This record gives sequence, structure tokens and C-alpha cells, in this order.
Amino acid sequence: MKKTILGALTLASFGLPAMAQDAMEVTLGVLNDRSGVYADLSGEGSVVAARMAVADFGAADKNMTVEVISADHQNKPDIASNIARQWYDQDGVDAILDVPTSSTALAVADITAKANKLLIDSGAGSTSLTTDQCQPTTIHWTYDTAALAKGTGGAVTARGDKKWFFLTADYAFGHSLEGETMKIVGESGGEVVGSVRHPFPATDFSSFLLQAQASGADVIGLANAGGDTVNAIKQASEFGITQSGQSLAALLMFITDVHALGAETAQGLVLTEAFYWDHDDKTREWSARFEEEFGSKPTMVHAGVYSGTMHYLAGVEATGSTDGDVVAEWMKANEFDDPLFGKGYVRKDGRVIHDMHLYEVKTPEESTGEWDLYKLVSTIPGEEAFLPMEGSGCAFANEG
Amino acid sequence: MSVSDIQPGPNERRPATVGMPKLHMAIFAVLLIVLAVLPLLVYPVFAMKVMCFALFAAAFNLLLGFGGLLSFGHAAYFGGASYVAAHASKVWGWTPEASILVGTLAAALLGLLIGALAIRRQGIYFAMVTLAFAQMFYFFALQADFTGGEDGIQSVPRGSLFGIFPVDSNEALYYLVLAVTLGGILFLYRIVHSPFGQVLKAIRENEPRAISLGYRVNRYKLMVFVLSAAFAGLAGATKSQVFQLASLTDVHWSMSGEVVLMTLLGGVGTVFGPLLGATIVVTMQNYLASMGAWVTVIQGVIFVLGVLLFREGIVGVISKWIKRPL
Amino acid sequence: MFELLGIPPQVLMGQLLLGLINGSFYAVLSLGLAVIFGLLNIINFSHGAQYMLGAFVSWMLLEYLGINYWWALLLVPLIVGASGIILEKLALRRLYHLDHLYGLLLTFGVALIIQGLFRNYYGISGLPYQIPSQLSGGQNLGFMFLPNYRGWVVVASVIVCFGTWFVIEKTRLGAYLRAATENPTLVGAFGINVPLMIMLTYGFGVALAGFAGVLAAPIYSVNPNMGADLIIVVFAVVVIGGMGSIMGAIVTGFGLGVIEGLTKVFYPAGSAVVIFVIMAIVLMIKPEGLFGRNN
Repeated sequence: MKKTILGALTLASFGLPAMAQDAMEVTLGVLNDRSGVYADLSGEGSVVAARMAVADFGAADKNMTVEVISADHQNKPDIASNIARQWYDQDGVDAILDVPTSSTALAVADITAKANKLLIDSGAGSTSLTTDQCQPTTIHWTYDTAALAKGTGGAVTARGDKKWFFLTADYAFGHSLEGETMKIVGESGGEVVGSVRHPFPATDFSSFLLQAQASGADVIGLANAGGDTVNAIKQASEFGITQSGQSLAALLMFITDVHALGAETAQGLVLTEAFYWDHDDKTREWSARFEEEFGSKPTMVHAGVYSGTMHYLAGVEATGSTDGDVVAEWMKANEFDDPLFGKGYVRKDGRVIHDMHLYEVKTPEESTGEWDLYKLVSTIPGEEAFLPMEGSGCAFANEG
Repeated sequence: MSVSDIQPGPNERRPATVGMPKLHMAIFAVLLIVLAVLPLLVYPVFAMKVMCFALFAAAFNLLLGFGGLLSFGHAAYFGGASYVAAHASKVWGWTPEASILVGTLAAALLGLLIGALAIRRQGIYFAMVTLAFAQMFYFFALQADFTGGEDGIQSVPRGSLFGIFPVDSNEALYYLVLAVTLGGILFLYRIVHSPFGQVLKAIRENEPRAISLGYRVNRYKLMVFVLSAAFAGLAGATKSQVFQLASLTDVHWSMSGEVVLMTLLGGVGTVFGPLLGATIVVTMQNYLASMGAWVTVIQGVIFVLGVLLFREGIVGVISKWIKRPL
Repeated sequence: MFELLGIPPQVLMGQLLLGLINGSFYAVLSLGLAVIFGLLNIINFSHGAQYMLGAFVSWMLLEYLGINYWWALLLVPLIVGASGIILEKLALRRLYHLDHLYGLLLTFGVALIIQGLFRNYYGISGLPYQIPSQLSGGQNLGFMFLPNYRGWVVVASVIVCFGTWFVIEKTRLGAYLRAATENPTLVGAFGINVPLMIMLTYGFGVALAGFAGVLAAPIYSVNPNMGADLIIVVFAVVVIGGMGSIMGAIVTGFGLGVIEGLTKVFYPAGSAVVIFVIMAIVLMIKPEGLFGRNN
């Protein structure tokens, strides 16, 4: 018996050098909303983006086999945490991508830290991911509520719309978005004349819009997302709000929402995004490829999944490991310059710093194509857009 | 007015205090053996989820199948207990068994408050009152600070049982959950097959007669309501320890609908029906998760077919076939 | 001008009017439910899904067949009503001899099926439906700007509700119907085809849901979930009004819309719950509902 074991071990040890040449297996899990309010801005598109990244990275040539799987968290933290847990425990997933909806992202971040894997979040907005609930294994790629507030809030107040009224979705994300923007409005010399919270989700905004109209504000800030924002804008148009001189600021809006509304209804809206397909040649080229695979133009969330995956795979290749903390260290130590976001880097607290852009929705006359919806107003440099790391409340980042 | 139009089987008229029929003992024994080795075969977290829902369905069945009362708001007790237990573990740092206990008590209390008001009405009005209160509780959970609203209560620590046995690992926690679930189901079994259970049956089948015999019917109804709520709470509190999370899904009316589905599918008024129903529904949701909204369609189809063709549920049909109560 | 609890009267009047508009939807939907329950003793949990079906069919008629809103107002209730008749004939009919709760469970299952199917094919983001050009724009009433379409919603709802009440309470057809539910055998003995009446009545109740769906399509986005949360509220309305009472459903629908509107002004956080609180109170004090009769 012992001889057999010894023999087997010897044989195995001869096999070891051969094993080092075997392909490294990496499994990526795209966890997002595939059937609900955020399905259009993330959903299957993020899976396509991840696959494009794997192909462009040339995993096969580098002796790595990368598999991409996906699941629907239905915007529920319990479902998200179960899937994440199962993926790490049972299915050998090394990194989770996307995860829109802040409550789910926070749950997944927690499970990821415990499993020592990596979460590269592109879809969620809460600053908590890199402040009070930061983890060394969380990387927050695309945008957050602070950057949106800075962009939209700051720019709109600076252009002269000083009096703000907030229409806020009554849940944690809405409150945080409202809070960040109120702060920026104050700092930019504006004034908050009122606010009202609507149930989340809501279908009828008429009574809240009426209160907004009566407040005499210059601009109505919509601190909500997805279907709520789209409905609020449609109804604002119905009630003649924009026609009578008040403007609307959508604090979180994606190209897919604008596309759903149409240029007619959405014209003049000011919003902040991290990526737009028509921004420059590189984004146009990539977006055309994306559109061929998927059927519609990419959102900034899709772009974030692509970039995040590229940088992650580079890290795995360089370090030869899929341990969360190891790859995260590499990703933070190395800057990136990618066709979608330009130059950027991953900060110690997991926040990815890159430029943000302020856009205005074109009028139907200006728009030459189905997706030709934005014109660039200004660019906010990365260093200014996001919250500073000092004093942000992230324990591990501020101590070292 | 009752939902259980299941004909009593030939053995149902045996006096309740003779003891558990051999068939039932055998089934429980088999279940125990299977469940004891299950973590080696399937993902323990999945198995724990099935057990928690089996207990939830069994608790609901106590009220519907044996009490004859359809509650549309059982999620309030399930989810409410989940929140309280999660809070106890996370914020007060209590050990799992203490958290589960306090969650169960909270559910019982909630059941007492709502039940006291609901039992004053019958039939569809009773169901509507339970729904109204469950909705109010849902909106309270949505707004209140301690529940964390949309985020729920996350990162609930698992701690150590009695402060001594760590239950961090899925396997260790599994056996705790197994003990709680089996214990709960056996306790429910005992309640049903007891003089109290017999009175419940009498009330369910002919309330005016029970009143004329001198039974304080409302007291019995309230008692069964509170017990049902408490055990639903036990299931919810345990679940919060397993998933280390308590969220709005647990108090939403669709959760109330799901437990009705599980019980109906398995067999209202049977002992093993809810367990089977819960297993099927949870397994289906898990393995068909990639099919997205088709799961909802399938659940709908099961409801429709169940109501039209298999009112007794799967276990009820089996029970009829072998001519023994299950 | 005076302010009521800090709210200027213009805002208050505006909110009352908006509440009335929402109340129209509650009224038409709860009317359908009340017709079905009051006359047939069926608790139609699929009412929300049938409302959603109405909105979707209107969208589909426009998108695929180019049929406009005005025709949709006529065709959609017929189409949705027909689907209701099929449901009644194939499934509901078999449950009349059982406890009401089985009807409830069946229709709940049907609602899940309809919603699941639409979610699969159409996703969850709303589909757009244009307000018909004849009704676009609005009137400046001084205290608020009232979109014409919303005014039309109130008018159309009042007409339909009043019409239905009139037919049921004041015409011979209505009398047959009410008699048939009280004593089907006797009425059948008079030569009236009772099963046919029941089938048509269910179809009519469902058609009302479809009608509400058409009204909703231009202003609320057409999406598969639009009925799901609404149905719970509408049930509360029906229970408050009295489950068998036609007038009760109509009056309570409009009334609760107004109360909800007022709550949105004074205490927005409570606006989702206020109807349930009222329902619980009414059930405690007068369980047959405000206008209900004690059967």
C-alpha cells in the first residue's frame, strides 16, 4: 500500500512541471438584473461586454481559459447574496462583475470579502461601497452618487438654476443621491427650496410634480432611477412643467432611459455619465462592435464591465493568482489607459478614478439617429469628480 | 366555511392520543436519516433553505389545514422574526439560539396582535384583514430604520451556539437548522394530534356546533393563529441566521402567496404535504432560476392545475391512494 | 389666502383633482371586481393582470395593426372580456360549488401566468404609448395645469361607472342578473339561461378591467407589473366599499383616490398605507363594508 502511494506520488511529481504549463482557469460571474427595471442598462449586455473583454484580452493565447457565467439577482439582496455565496462555494467563480442596485452590491461585497475573491462593480451607485462599507476586495468601477451629484448638481447650479426642488425615491439610494446633491448645490451657491419623497417604486408622480411646480424652484432634481425617472419625466412633460420654464435634472440616468423616452420628451435634460458611445473614435469603434453582438448601443455600465474585466484579467495574468486581495493589489498598483474611459487608476479604497462627462439631451431636430441623443457639455476630471479618500470613512484605506 | 374539503381517510377517526401511527414514525425516521447525510450530497445552504421553508409551510398548514383559516399575510411573521433575529445577532451580538428565540417570540406577539383583530371576521374577510395588516407591516419595514429598508439587515454574524459551538461553517449550522426544523415540525405534529387539535377539527368542520358544545371558539382560533405565527417566525428567524441577511422579500405579499402555493401543492391538511411542497417549490426556483420569469409562469400553472385537479395536493392524492392519512 | 396646515389652497385643490383622477382608476377597477364578486361570488385576483392585458392589447393594436386609441377604447374591452369568458368557461365554472377561496387561488394562479408570460416577452421597462393628439395639451385652471387627457379619464370613468350602475340597478337585464345570483335554480326555471348570464357577467367585469387598462396606457407606462401592486389596493377599496355593492365600489373608488391624494400632501410617507389602515378599521367596525348589505 505504501509503495503504491509513493509510486503514485512520484509519478504525480513528474507531472507537476507539466501542470505548470496547463491553462489557468478563471471563472467570471456576471450578476445583475436580467428581467427587471435595470435589465436594459445591465442585463445580457454586460455578459456580452465581459465576453468581448475575454476575447480582446486574448485569453487563449496566454494559456488561460476564462469562462463567463451569469445570473439574475432580480434587484434583491437576498437572491444576490445566495447566488454569490453559491458561486464562490460551489461553482469556482473567481470574480463577480456588474451588480447594479446598491443593496445587492453591498451584500455581494460582504460575501466576496469573506471568500477572498473580487467584486468589480459597474452597475451600482452607492458611495458606501468605497466609504463606510469598503472592502479590500471591492472595486467600484463606473460611477457613484457623489460623482453624479458633482456633475449634474454642480453644473446645473453653476449655469444659473439656483433654486432646487427634489423629488426623491424613498429608499436608501434615493436618500443618498438626494443628500449628496443637496450638499453640492449648497457648495455651488444654490438653494434647496423643498423636497418630497415618493414611494419606491411609484407609477404616478402627478401629485409630487404639482408640489414641485408650486415651490417656485428653477430646477426639479430627480433623485431616483430607472422606471421612476422615466415616468416622472414623462408626466412632467404632460403637466407642462418643462414648457412653463422649470427644468429637470435627472440625477441618475442612462442612455437606455433616454432612448426609451425619446428625444422629444427628454430634450434638454442634463445628466452625468461616465461613457457615451459617440464620445470619440475609440468609443465609437468599440460600441459598433458591441452593437453588432448585442443589437443596441452600450451603456456606461456595459463599458465598465468591459474595462473592469480587461484590467482584472491583466492582473490575473501578471500575478498568476485569483485570490481577491492579490489581484486587487495589482489592479491598484497599475494604472490603465483604455479605449472606453481613457486614463484612470484604481484608488486604494477601491474607487476607480476616471473622467466623468456632463451631457445634455439633444432636441429631435439635432438628433440624426436613433441613438444620437447626447451632446457633450463639459468633462469633469476624475480627481474632482469623486469623493476624496481622506475622511471618507473607509477604515482600511485610511489607516495604512 | 373552510377550505379543507378533503374527505377524512379511514384512519382519521382514531382517537388522537393513541400515539403516532407507525407509518408516520417510519417516514420521520427516513427523513431524519436522509437529512443527516444530505450535506454530503447537496449544497448545505440550499438544503437549509428547503428546511426553513418546509417549517414555514408546516406552520401555515397548521392554520389553514387544521384551523381552516386562510391567512394572506403570513409573510409578516416570517419576515418580522427574520428582522428581529438578524438585529439581535448583528447589533446586540446575541448567540444564534437566543436570536432565533427572540425572533420567534416577536412573531408570536405580532400574531397575537393581528390575530386578535382578524379572528373577529370569517372567511374572505378574515383573509383580507390579514392581508391588510401584512401590507401595513411591509410598509413599516420599508420605512423603519432598524430594518434597513431596501438594503435589509446585512452581514449578520453567525456566532457560536450557546457561546461554545461555532456555527460559522455551513455544515455546522446545518445540523442546528436540522434540529430546529425537525423539532418544530414534530411539535406541530403533536399539537395537531392532541385534544387541542381535535377541538380545532371540530371548529373547522362545524363551528356553530362546537359553540353549542360549549367551546370558546374564538380562543381556540386565536391560539392556533398565534402558534402558526410563532412557528412561521421560527422558520424566518432561522433563515436569517443561515443567509446572514434579512430583507424586504421576506415580508412582501408574494412571499405570503408562495407559502400558500407550497402548502396547496403539497397537500393542505396533511402532515407531510407542506414539507414536500416546500421542497418542490424551493428546488424549482433554484434550478430554474436561469429561466427568469418562466418560474412565475410555472408557479401560476401549478396553482391553476392544483386548484382544478389536485385540490388535495400531491401528498393528499398519495394518501387517498394508500388509504392512510399522511 | 388662508393656508391649511401650511399648504396653500391652490396646491390643495390641485391635489384633490389629482386624487379624483387616480380615484377614477380605482373606481373602474373596483367596479369590475364588485360586479364579479357581488353577482357571481368570485374573487377575481387576476383583475390586475387583466388590467395590464388591456394596456398591452392597446399598445399591440397600435404597434402591430396601427389601430388608434379611440378604436382601442372599444375593441380592447371586447378582446379582454372575451379572454375572461374563456377563462370562466374553461376553469372558473368548475369551482362554483366549492368555497370562494378556490376561485381566488385559481385567479391568483392565472394572474401569475399572465404576468410571467408578458415579463418574458416584453421585459419590465415600460412601453411607450402616445396620448392621442385630440387629447394632448391641457387647460390652465389657475390653481393648476390640468392635462386634457387626465380630465378625459375622469369623464370617461364617470360615464362608464354610471352606465354600469344604471344597467345593473335599473334595467330589466340587471334585475335578471341580480335574481340569478340570489336564486339561480328558480331563475333558470323561468327559462333564463343562467350559466350564459354568469359567463357574460364575468366577461363584463373583466372588460371593465381592460377598459381601465386602455385609459392607463398613455399616462402610466405599459409594463407587465402595472397591475400587480395595484390589485392589492383595489381589493382594499372593494372591501371598504362593500364587496357586493356597485354604488359602494364607485363611490369608494373615487373617495379613496381623493383621500390618498390628500395624504400625499400632508403625510407622503403614509400614502401607500392609508388605504389599508382604513380597510382594517372598516373591517373591524362594519365588515360588510360602508355600502354593503349583510348577506
